[in-house]
Amino acid sequence: MSETVDILLTVNGTQRSANVEPRKTLADVLRDDLELTGTHVGCEHGVCGACTVLIDGEAARSCLTFAVQVRGSEIVTIEGLAEDGEMNPLQQAMQASHGFQCGFCTPGFLMQITALMNENPKPSEPEIREALSGNVCRCTGYQSIVAGVLRATGQSPISDSTHQE
Amino acid sequence: MGERLPLRSRPTPTVHSRSSGDQLKSPPFAYVAPTSVEEALTLLAEHGDEAKLLAGGQSLVPLLALRLASPSALIDLSGVPELDYVRRENDHIAIGAMTRERAVERSEVVREFVPLLSVAMPLIGHLAIRNRGTVGGSAAHADPSAEIPAVAIACDAEVVVRSSARGERTITSDDFFQGFFSTALEPDEALIELRFPVVGPGTGVAFEEATRRHGDFAMVGAAAAVRTEGAHIVEARIVVIGVSDKPVRRREAEQALAGAEPTRAAFEEAAALAADSLTPPSDLHGTSTYRRHLVRVLVRRALESAVQHSQEGG
Ligand SMILES: Cc1cc2nc3c(=O)[nH]c(=O)nc-3n(C[C@H](O)[C@H](O)[C@H](O)COP(=O)(O)OP(=O)(O)OC[C@H]3O[C@@H](n4cnc5c(N)ncnc54)[C@H](O)[C@@H]3O)c2cc1C
Ligand code: FES
Ligand code: FES
Repeated sequence: MSETVDILLTVNGTQRSANVEPRKTLADVLRDDLELTGTHVGCEHGVCGACTVLIDGEAARSCLTFAVQVRGSEIVTIEGLAEDGEMNPLQQAMQASHGFQCGFCTPGFLMQITALMNENPKPSEPEIREALSGNVCRCTGYQSIVAGVLRATGQSPISDSTHQE
Repeated sequence: MGERLPLRSRPTPTVHSRSSGDQLKSPPFAYVAPTSVEEALTLLAEHGDEAKLLAGGQSLVPLLALRLASPSALIDLSGVPELDYVRRENDHIAIGAMTRERAVERSEVVREFVPLLSVAMPLIGHLAIRNRGTVGGSAAHADPSAEIPAVAIACDAEVVVRSSARGERTITSDDFFQGFFSTALEPDEALIELRFPVVGPGTGVAFEEATRRHGDFAMVGAAAAVRTEGAHIVEARIVVIGVSDKPVRRREAEQALAGAEPTRAAFEEAAALAADSLTPPSDLHGTSTYRRHLVRVLVRRALESAVQHSQEGG
């Protein structure tokens, strides 16, 4: 056990503090210290995208970032999307499109999509696929996820011939 | 496997928080967060080669998680804003070591003056990786399949490094990248800046890769920059990755193209020259023969699309 460090973070709009070992990743701190277990960890080396959160507005891997590196930053996690206990429009669109099954990958996808929509409110299907290329889903086959993003951005979902729900 | 107990008589499992001791993936290290380059260099000199600089962490954190590295101290450059810049200085574009890959991808200055670097950026991992990963980190890490070292070698970029004891030195990319994850950096030196020469008018560029999955490190990649004037190629630069312990220039192929007309036949010939003398390694992802084949295909494609790009006005 090495020396611990005090850190301050703004998580989903609320100031949070923790006293942590420097080797704790942001994912560890969110899940273990702040008890925000919506951020999932899969591979823990950057490949699967399950742990994606927003750091100062940009999507990032919380498993590849030590919490001490982002002291003072604004973090948004999946728990920060709902508004007054209601799923936000993206979450609703994903549900309507059956954009998840087991749900393991979903928090990471939704955070990456949130970053995409902030930068590009009407992404094309290729742009959506490019942005989501770093998120792995073992259940859905991706079509319904892409459909969910199209729906969330007010575009017509993929035609039924290529998309079977 | 122990003896199977009937469900009801199994003891209640004790829940271990991952926070405790060695449940964490990374080995322990001392953490220091300098706020200036000078301070970072002093710390680096004090800690010697037991310490490592931490930039975006997108290569170092996985190494720690897999316990392939166990530095006694990490010197975090996150709080050193003076290393985060892209600026034009005379005939080159200077990019600070802590500039994020995503910032380079978005930079208009880079798109205009170092187009090969611009087209290479989207090939690095995924958006979320590029949001954190830095130019200096990628260059210092020197993965033989990484794009930034390939572009640096193709462009004859210079690498500026500094130590507190000996000050600054400027190294050519050829000398800086020494092999498999190894560079000319001394243990007490930090990479400060990369300097990419501004491209000449009429230069077209392309970076072609074959990857197993979108965003993976390339099995083989080919970077090309071709300058045309009228109906002729004035200069071509070709670099290949995934075939050796560092990116390799293909000078014979470059020379064959100088003065030639940009025809399919000329590209085919150059691609063959680029591929034939190589003996790439075989591994899980592809045999040597397959990689050599990929070099030929990707170099030809890169040349074709570079010339097309130059004729569209660079
Ligand atoms: C899933 C995934 C996919 C990826 N795919 C690709 C890809 O396709 N192509 C590619 O090129 N890269 C890829 N990367 C790596 C990525 O580009 C890294 O960000 C980059 O290689 C390292 O940059 P960093 O800032 O994260 O450095 P860090 O991980 O912080 O550091 C890497 C090394 O460089 C040293 N270092 C850092 N900064 C300095 C400095 N200023 N001076 C001296 N030494 C320094 C560190 O001590 C360490 O040894 C991928 C990474 C992941 C996780
Ligand atoms: S857990 Fe972070 S990318 Fe897989
Ligand atoms: S819904 Fe199960 S992994 Fe994506």
